[in-house]
Amino acid sequence: MTVEPILAARAVAKSFGPTQALRGAEVAVGRGEVLAVMGPSGSGKSTLLHCLAGILRPDSGEIWFDGQRIDRLGERTSSQLRRDRFGFVFQFGQLVPELPAVENVALPLLLGGQRRSKAMAEAGGWFEQLDIAGLEQRRPGELSGGEAQRVALARALVAAPAVLFADEPTGSLDSLAGERVMDLLVDAARSRGTTVVLVTHEPRVAAYADREVVVRDGRVSALVQT
Amino acid sequence: MTSIPNTLLGLLEPAPSHGYELKREYDARFGQHRPLAFGQVYATLARLQRDGNVAVEGVEHGEGPERKRYAITEQGATVLERWLAQPEPPEPHLQTVLFTKVVLALLTDRSAERFLDAQRALHMERMRELTALRRSGSPAEVLLADYALFHLEADLRWIDVTSSRLGQLAEEVSK
Repeated sequence: MTVEPILAARAVAKSFGPTQALRGAEVAVGRGEVLAVMGPSGSGKSTLLHCLAGILRPDSGEIWFDGQRIDRLGERTSSQLRRDRFGFVFQFGQLVPELPAVENVALPLLLGGQRRSKAMAEAGGWFEQLDIAGLEQRRPGELSGGEAQRVALARALVAAPAVLFADEPTGSLDSLAGERVMDLLVDAARSRGTTVVLVTHEPRVAAYADREVVVRDGRVSALVQT
Repeated sequence: MTSIPNTLLGLLEPAPSHGYELKREYDARFGQHRPLAFGQVYATLARLQRDGNVAVEGVEHGEGPERKRYAITEQGATVLERWLAQPEPPEPHLQTVLFTKVVLALLTDRSAERFLDAQRALHMERMRELTALRRSGSPAEVLLADYALFHLEADLRWIDVTSSRLGQLAEEVSK
């Protein structure tokens, strides 16, 4: 890889009880790179994403982010890092059902201590960009799957994270809605230089990435380039 | 592309064989819908022999016509090796050749997994190109790119499933 890695896993192992989810996983993600992590169900790809993002602590091995080892941080520092530097999109938007869409988007800014009026204005700006203008006051239950996922994407990007982690972001959408979300996700990330780690089992989604790795039996195999 | 000469080389590599047996083995493994004609087997073997990829190891005289035993040559093994290692240009309807290469790799103790990985990488590369095209193309180009993308995706799903079933398949092939 020619770009400097911003995020890397070195010899990461992680077990859940008797099940070894990761056994010596190695991966490096370049700054500004969109990397697809593929693999069959149960291969360990989501566990790898959770370890890279500091959500799970590996049993052994190291996670490096921006020149700093992050797998042994205390819970407080780790969650602050996740809030300030990382953004997350999951298969199901996981929006707060009681809050209007715009407040869902503003949440990371409010949690980061920003003034409410400023946070709401900034959050509002994303609705235009993601082609969901007019839906600001809808509650998550009143949005279609594709719309809700775009709100989730706005929430993930509003605090200008260095890395966006997306775990099957189109998994609950039909092809067209999924494509729209991927178009927007990749455009937004590229225009801001955001690094993306995209976990997916769908080749059509992975084809949006610059590169893909495959997780098999808890290990990462880079594909042979011919 | 599916290549009958290369497929016959693959069937000959584990052990020398006669034209008639090669036809039977080809039909059983790959000829479900289109068995080989005898004439084609002998013509192909003659061409392989002329090019130095197989050699006649012995001739058996018995009742009926004489039977030549063909064996793969070192050069033939190199030709086979190269063909099996080479991923196919990603385009729709590759089922026959991908299947043939996987079975022959297993039959000749080569790595089917390495071939599938190389094929997968080439498919993904093509899908990235098509995805870029459909994001900037006219509506008609988008439709064409979509068609190709869905077919390549189907191939990739097959490649994934096959990768995870290689153990099972190896057992069956070696029977």
